Amino acid sequence: MTETEIRPTGSPAPSFPQDRTCPYQPPQAYTDWRGERPLTQVTLFDGRPAWMVTGHAEGRAMLVDPRLSADWGHPVFPVVVQRTEGRGGLSFPLIGVDDPVHARQRRMLIPSFGVKRMNAIRPMVQELVDQLLDDMLAKGPTADLVSAFALPVPSMAICELLGVPYADHDFFEERSRNFVGAKTTAEADAAFGELYGYLHGLVGKKQAEPGDGLLDELIARQLEEGELDHNEVVMIALVLLLAGHETTVNAISLGALTLLQHPDQLEVLRRDPEAVTGAVEELLRFTSVSDYMVRMAKEDIELGGETIKAGDAVLISISLMNRDGKAYEDPDTFDVRRKARHHVGFGHGIHQCLGQNLARIEIEIALGSLIARIPGLRLAVPVDQVPIKAGHDAQGPVELPVTW
Amino acid sequence: MRITIDRDRCIGSGQCAMTAPGVFTQDDEALVALVPGYEDGTGDPRLLDVPMACPVQAIEISEG
Ligand code: HEM
Ligand code: SF4
Repeated sequence: MTETEIRPTGSPAPSFPQDRTCPYQPPQAYTDWRGERPLTQVTLFDGRPAWMVTGHAEGRAMLVDPRLSADWGHPVFPVVVQRTEGRGGLSFPLIGVDDPVHARQRRMLIPSFGVKRMNAIRPMVQELVDQLLDDMLAKGPTADLVSAFALPVPSMAICELLGVPYADHDFFEERSRNFVGAKTTAEADAAFGELYGYLHGLVGKKQAEPGDGLLDELIARQLEEGELDHNEVVMIALVLLLAGHETTVNAISLGALTLLQHPDQLEVLRRDPEAVTGAVEELLRFTSVSDYMVRMAKEDIELGGETIKAGDAVLISISLMNRDGKAYEDPDTFDVRRKARHHVGFGHGIHQCLGQNLARIEIEIALGSLIARIPGLRLAVPVDQVPIKAGHDAQGPVELPVTW
Repeated sequence: MRITIDRDRCIGSGQCAMTAPGVFTQDDEALVALVPGYEDGTGDPRLLDVPMACPVQAIEISEG
């Protein structure tokens, strides 16, 4: 294993991000960086050096440290994906703002994502999942598990929750894929513009004719009372739609793939359906669908014998924190009975995932029902032929051909 | 046992209610609240895990 010593000047630190080869394992290069020290140095695509925090305890400490900023709107906020280059100044609500703006926005939204509210939508999610499985079985015995199942579950659920007509889902599913998968700033801008335009129109329509989704509530409670402006409501809707579309789909499809590749673990869940709840936590830990988080230091910070200087780019590696041997015994073993506590699959600190309890319910019901209804499920191609997403993206299969 | 909750910090993640549902719940604003009669639930061994599970260090538990 490579030591994370300070590199001699002149030799550039390894590039970040790198693509996975196995869909559910961090890239070999990353695991080589898991040395004795909790942080290492990497280079972003634009040549900017960045710190990468790899230790579980240290990463958690950093994520609650107010000296780190998540202000995407800052002119020199680190850029990890080329498509967002040059977009300095455009800030995203929640995920891309610091307190106190963050706290104000988050307070408005948490009632809609609270534990009680989420438990109340279980029957809706179960119905959705059953319907999709009925359709898949009727068309079978082969399917692309991503497009037939893993994507429509979270997509329909977030539409239902927000009060966005699902009839329009093709439109924004495509735009949201185009935005996240864009190779150039121009492509990203075009997709973003269309999404923004659509939601801007929808918010206007809802002001005139209120419905009963989260957006309608936001409009009624906050826009009307002057707490939020039209642009902020549109941007919040955009963040929720993107987050609802681009993450849980991977957790479901990569979750299914990981289980199929670990038949003994799948068998545990077949015998004991109750164990699915715990398996979801282990899947979140083991697969780390969101691979990393991005921050910028606002002040000098001492960590692991190094000084992170004000203005430095800081990456927090979710996948390496979740595989830290100091926090988990046999971290590279997938064990659905492990009580995978304190994993950072949903992040940590003030930005910890707003949709986590929705995602948990979706993954649990989707995988639980899939296992129960299609006992003969298996991959239709060898695992090394399953196409997977690039290293900067949420991690998961692009397509998952299955048969039964 | 003394349990302190800081509702100003709470971001409504629900980790506390998930970890020790006999003691923690969320109110209508989805902020942390103590379950009425929570004293009965303090024997739950998972309770001691809650301060670490909370993403924003809003919960403290001390003996006595
Ligand atoms: C398995 C699925 C999901 C995973 C792995 C995931 C992961 C994450 C992570 C790691 C963060 C923290 C980012 C950071 O600190 O920079 C985050 C934040 C966030 N997530 Fe999720 N997420 C998932 C599902 C969802 C869903 C379904 C929604 C839908 C509404 C959602 C909405 C958000 C929002 C709004 C934030 C920003 C919260 C804030 O800044 O206060 N996520 N998510
Ligand atoms: S775990 Fe912390 S942030 Fe989450 S609901 Fe409980 S007190 Fe609030």
